Parts: sequence; C-alpha cells; structure tokens
Amino acid sequence: MIAIIAGLGRVSKFTFIRKVSAVYVELFRGTSLLVQLFWVFFALPAFGIQFTAFLASVVALGLNYGAYGSEVVRSAILAIPKGQTEASIALNMTNFQRMRLVILPQAFRMMLPGFGNISIELLKGTSLVSLITLTDLTYKGLILQNANISYTMPVFTTLLIVYFIIALPLIFTAKKLEKRYAKGVANV
Amino acid sequence: MSIPERKLTTSNIYPMKSKKPIASYENIKKTYGDAEVLKGVDLNIAPGEKVALIGPSGSGKTTIIRMLMTLEQPDSGMIKVEGKPLWYKEVNGKLAPADEKHLREMRKNIGMVFQHFNLFPHMTILRNVTEAPVHVLGLSKEEAHRRAVDMLEKVGLGDKLDAYPSQLSGGQKQRVAIARAVVMQPKVMLFDEVTSALDPELVGEVLQVIKDLAKETDMAMILVTHEMDFARDVADRVIFLHDGKIEEEGTPKEIFENPKSERLRTFLSRFLKG
Ligand SMILES: Nc1ncnc2c1ncn2[C@@H]1O[C@H](COP(=O)(O)OP(=O)(O)OP(=O)(O)O)[C@@H](O)[C@H]1O
Ligand SMILES: [Mg+2]
Repeated sequence: MIAIIAGLGRVSKFTFIRKVSAVYVELFRGTSLLVQLFWVFFALPAFGIQFTAFLASVVALGLNYGAYGSEVVRSAILAIPKGQTEASIALNMTNFQRMRLVILPQAFRMMLPGFGNISIELLKGTSLVSLITLTDLTYKGLILQNANISYTMPVFTTLLIVYFIIALPLIFTAKKLEKRYAKGVANV
Repeated sequence: MSIPERKLTTSNIYPMKSKKPIASYENIKKTYGDAEVLKGVDLNIAPGEKVALIGPSGSGKTTIIRMLMTLEQPDSGMIKVEGKPLWYKEVNGKLAPADEKHLREMRKNIGMVFQHFNLFPHMTILRNVTEAPVHVLGLSKEEAHRRAVDMLEKVGLGDKLDAYPSQLSGGQKQRVAIARAVVMQPKVMLFDEVTSALDPELVGEVLQVIKDLAKETDMAMILVTHEMDFARDVADRVIFLHDGKIEEEGTPKEIFENPKSERLRTFLSRFLKG
C-alpha cells in the first residue's frame, strides 16, 4: 500500500507531492532498517509516541519496505510506453482513468518480480526486529546458541533452512502471479 | 465572445468551405530546441472534409495533427475547434491557458489513429474498443458492446473479439485501432501514417478500411500519408507541407496532375518513379 502510494507520488505531476515522496523514499532507503527500528521503538517515545514492540516493528518494516517498493512501482510506471498514455488521451480518458484502466494494470505485471523480492527481503528483515526485544527466529536461535557454544553451526543452519521454507511459498506465489499476468502481453 | 472575421485564404474559398470550419489553424509556430518545425501554418478543415497531408520526412506533418489532439502545444498562433480556442479557455471574455477540464471538453471532438497502433495489450480486442465508450462516454455495457461489435465487424474482425492484441497481425491491430477511435464518434479523425509500420502486404487491407469509412462517414479526416494513390482516392483536398510551411494545396487532381511548385514536383517524382 505504502509502496503504491509513494510510487504514484514519485510520478505525480505536482512538484510538491513528487518532492515529499522522494524525500521519504531517500530517507528510508538511505538509512539502515536497524536504525529505523531503534528510532521508532526507542526514540519516538521521547516525543510521546509510544509503540508496543510489535507495532513498532510493523511500522518500521512497513515504512522501510514501502520505500523500496515505491521504487519498484515508480520504475514500472515509467516503463510503460508513451504510446499508451497518448492513446488514452486520444480516447479522452481522465488522468485518473488512464492510470486505473491503462497504466497501472500493465505496470502491476512488471512490479510482480520486484514485489516478490521485497516480500522475501521483508521476511528476512524480521530478524532485526529481535533487537527490540520481540522474539523471532534468529533471536531464539541466539539464545540457544548462547546456551551451548557447540550448537552454533547446527542452530544457524537450521535457521537458514527455516527461513528458506517460510520464503518458499512467497517465491512460488510471486512466480505464479508473474505467469498469470504475462497473458496477452508481448509486443503490441 | 464573437468569432473574429476570418481572412480569406485558399483553404476557405474551396467549395466545401462555405461552412464554418470544424478546426482551424492560424499562424501556428513550433520550435523544438533550435529547430523551427512549424513556421506559421494556416489551415481550415471543413466539417466532413477529407484532407490528405503529404510532404517529406521532418516537414512537420505529425506535429500538426498532434497539436489538434492536444498532444503537443503550439508556441504561438491559435488553433480553434468549432470556433473555440483549443489551448485557451475564455474567462470573463479574456483568454486564459486551457486547463484539463477545457482540454477534455475539446477532445470530445477529436480522435486519432497512431502509426504504432498503441492498442492496450492487457485487454481483449473487444475491451480495447468498449473501454472508452463505457468509461468516457458513459454508455451502458450493452450499448458499448453493440457499437464495438458492429464496428469490429465492419473492419473485418468480428471473429477476433476475445483475442489479445499480441495475437493479431499488424494490419489487424491497426484495424482494431481504427475501430477503437471511430466508436467515440469524433467530428475530426486524425490518421498519422497508419500504414508505415506495416509489412507491405498488409497495407492494402488497412487503406481499404479507411476508404470505406471515408465514404460513409460525415467525420472530417486529416490523413498524413506517404501513399499517394490512397491520398488521391480518399481526399477532397491535398496539402503539401514543406519545411514547416504549406507549400501548395489543391484538389487531388491539381496536386498530382498539375503541381505548380518545383518542390512539389520533385517530391512527387520520387514516388512516381518507385
Ligand atoms: N518531441 C520532439 N522533440 C524534438 N524534436 C522533435 C519532436 N517532435 C518532432 N521533432 C522534430 O520536428 C521535426 C518535424 O517532425 P514531424 O514528426 O512533425 O515530421 P513529419 O513530417 O511527421 O515527418 P515523418 O514523415 O518522418 O513522420 C523533425 O525534424 C523531428 O525530428
Ligand atoms: Mg510523422
């Protein structure tokens, strides 16, 4: 959601909206997720905004991957040939209709591989969340590892495999969607 | 606002020009970078008139019709559609730059077929043709469907309704594009070299569709083309553009059998030889 809104913002014809979304994207892409997590969880309470650990992670992860996603959205929209826009104008569509009926459905298809990658990244990003006390897989792993040093290798191998298994359905869904939307494309 | 007196030019003393023009260009200029592409073009199109626009590559033909479709804005001069300024709206009797609302109002009158078809690849042929009637004209699905099927049958594609554009030949795509533009029922239809991206053996079918359409419609047409036989057949008037100016204009007979300017003669000789 954030990705689509920010991505549309980046191609808006209003300079102000373009600037705001560009700043957002650069800010969240330019700094590490870890820093953002700490900010949301530890620094914002100082300004009176208090999140639970879970909510903080959702907010930080959402904003962070939203920024990456918006780049996927933006480049997909810009990749649609100019002729599509001109044909929509010649048919007297409004700007909104052009986006909704012509540009976005085609751009969406191009976004799928990008979004697929991002959701896998997102999954991996959850490991950082442990650092703000939310227990996740890696965190649990670390606890185990601390309990017995000799477990280190097996523990992390297991972790890797567990992450991979969780990621598999995502990879499959992304591939399937890509196929489905490839229908009736090719050159026109 | 009263419509200002029009000066008498060759383009409005032709037989059909007793009617008020559906579209008019007055001293239109356009520069890209430091290249002056249009150097003061005056042109009137009468309702229902079929005008062929010919001229060498780079003479500004595409630019002229793209301006009427609002895809390109003139640097100076005035384009009017049904007597109303295209690129300006009237506010308290004064002219202000057109906004999107004004442009959309004006675009109702204009349609365009492109060199590279520009069909919507993610929609079936039928939806390519019903989409704008439903969403832009507000027709019911049934009515839009009826109109589209009617038109697609007319261009010989009644059996391709559920195909996607990628499954069609170039000639078929272009016929869909023509159907898509015609169902909007504009008053002026623009054709920009609609056969020059096609394999030679597919050109004929598209030209035939346009010829048939020209005969039975009261839409005005501006046809940019390099097909001289086609221009002769279909046009009421032929305009020869050279270097951003109208060099010569006349009936097909005058232009093709009795060209006056040296440039037109040179231009035509290239086609007659080939
Ligand atoms: N958007 C643009 N930016 C820069 N130059 C342009 C642009 N559009 C057109 N031109 C230039 O303007 C000149 C006239 O272009 P135009 O397309 O109107 O010519 P044309 O008569 O249609 O030629 P052709 O027969 O090759 O289609 C050309 O030299 C072209 O390179
Ligand atoms: Mg051209």
